[in-house]
Amino acid sequence: MSDRECAGVAGVNPPLLVQRTVPIPSVVDSVGRLANGFFEWFGSLGIFSWKVLRAAVTPPYEWRELIRQLDEVGSKSLPLVALAGAAIGIVVSLEARYSLSRFGAKSMFPATLVYSVIQIMGPIITGLIVSGRVGAGIGAELASMKVTEQIDAIEASAINPYRLLAATRILACILMLPLLTVATDGCGLLTGWFAQSLVEPLSFHQFIESGFRGATFNAFLPPTFKTAVYGLIIGLIACFQGMRTRGGAEGVGRAATNSVVLASLFVILADVVLVKFILVVFT
Amino acid sequence: MAIAYDIAMKEARPEEDGSAPIVAVKNLHKSFGINKVLDGVSLSVSRGETLAVLGRSGTGKSVLLRLIIGLEIPDSGSVCIHGQNIAGLALDRMGEIRKKMGFLFQHSALYDSLTIAENVAFPLEHHRRDMSRSERGDRVKQLLAEVGIEGDLGKMPSDISGGMQKRVGLARALALEPEILLLDEPTAGLDPISSGEIDDLILKLQRERQMASIVVTHDLHSAKTVSNRLALLDQGKVVIEGKFENLQQSDIGLVKEFLKQS
Repeated sequence: MSDRECAGVAGVNPPLLVQRTVPIPSVVDSVGRLANGFFEWFGSLGIFSWKVLRAAVTPPYEWRELIRQLDEVGSKSLPLVALAGAAIGIVVSLEARYSLSRFGAKSMFPATLVYSVIQIMGPIITGLIVSGRVGAGIGAELASMKVTEQIDAIEASAINPYRLLAATRILACILMLPLLTVATDGCGLLTGWFAQSLVEPLSFHQFIESGFRGATFNAFLPPTFKTAVYGLIIGLIACFQGMRTRGGAEGVGRAATNSVVLASLFVILADVVLVKFILVVFT
Repeated sequence: MAIAYDIAMKEARPEEDGSAPIVAVKNLHKSFGINKVLDGVSLSVSRGETLAVLGRSGTGKSVLLRLIIGLEIPDSGSVCIHGQNIAGLALDRMGEIRKKMGFLFQHSALYDSLTIAENVAFPLEHHRRDMSRSERGDRVKQLLAEVGIEGDLGKMPSDISGGMQKRVGLARALALEPEILLLDEPTAGLDPISSGEIDDLILKLQRERQMASIVVTHDLHSAKTVSNRLALLDQGKVVIEGKFENLQQSDIGLVKEFLKQS
């Protein structure tokens, strides 16, 4: 029976056919939402950072938790960064030997390896490895605590969660990154020398003397200590993402993923800025 | 259960001893986006009194407790603890107020990386640094014994039942000798026998400690057992407040429906 026939039976006019349309969001709307989300995220991060800073400088201090986090971030990341450093050393050694041979500059190999590992590869690789391991760990841990109300329970027990959970983790990351970078660099130089020695025997003493000839502290300390900034970025973003989680298990997964992705991204961006800063100030 | 209720009714009659309310909530309003959760709620609780806040799921009962302990900030209205309005207080200033309060979360919110004993010791480690380790250990054992847990103190929260988790949560809430006890659905998710045991435990603790307590629940039987007064929330407002007899005698349709369905 058609609409008109039904209407005839019912004694009413059939409704006009209305074409249902789905509104297509305009480009302006989409860009506006994106920009809004961008500024909201940075604004919230700024407020979070202020709360953590205030909590960190106000007693009572959470020394026991800080020591626990130093162990968690530092000693438990050591095998991973050492392995990564060893791999970098071999890769740089192989690539540098090939490139330098082409230009007849094989004698420059020790210095090339030392400067490449300590100034460039060691810090950034350490930052990315730690942002993956520690960033995901902190993000997931705090997110899990958030969705199960454990952070609320801490606050209800009259304990400042920004001091206990966030400040300790961020400070541990800041303190441990330079030390982990030294470990990465050390392993990289060792395996780089070893890889070179297999092809052209060179004593470790000669390698170190040649590699560090004419070097000053300014050449190596700033690149190592810049990783403290990486630690700040990793700790801050991971804690922020974790402590603002919503949405149960899915939220925990999202927090862990976002912690790694955003921390890694900002570490790379920070490296661009810091390299330029070091070149201007220390060179 | 009926005997326990009679004892509670006889022993806690704040209108007779004239004590001022320790917790006073006045004209509280709270919204989450366009969702109005509390719409002008006013309640008060005195020392030695237990107020049960009843209502269907989603009527703002848990939000009310979170506002009282300061985990949420009201849009308007006041939350007075000992006459001091705590609404919107800074985190560190709230700390001193919160030391006088104990909170039992609906799902216990035990720290899952700590043992049972460490969970109960947690507030003591942070606020009672004058206690030695052995004193703290003794105090933890005493608190857990008070809630009926002895032995197996090294177990993790995931290794114990829901009823035991509630008991551990209660022991942790009592660690700092609070004057105010807030309980969010203390019997939620428990079987009838465990629920009855938790109700009896709350009643016993209240009789011994004379705290000002607020119990949020949708379980009318539990509310009758542990409380002196009941308040029914609906659509963000207090529909009725008084003793159970007042609810039974009420002509309000919602109250009758609630009593019928419970």
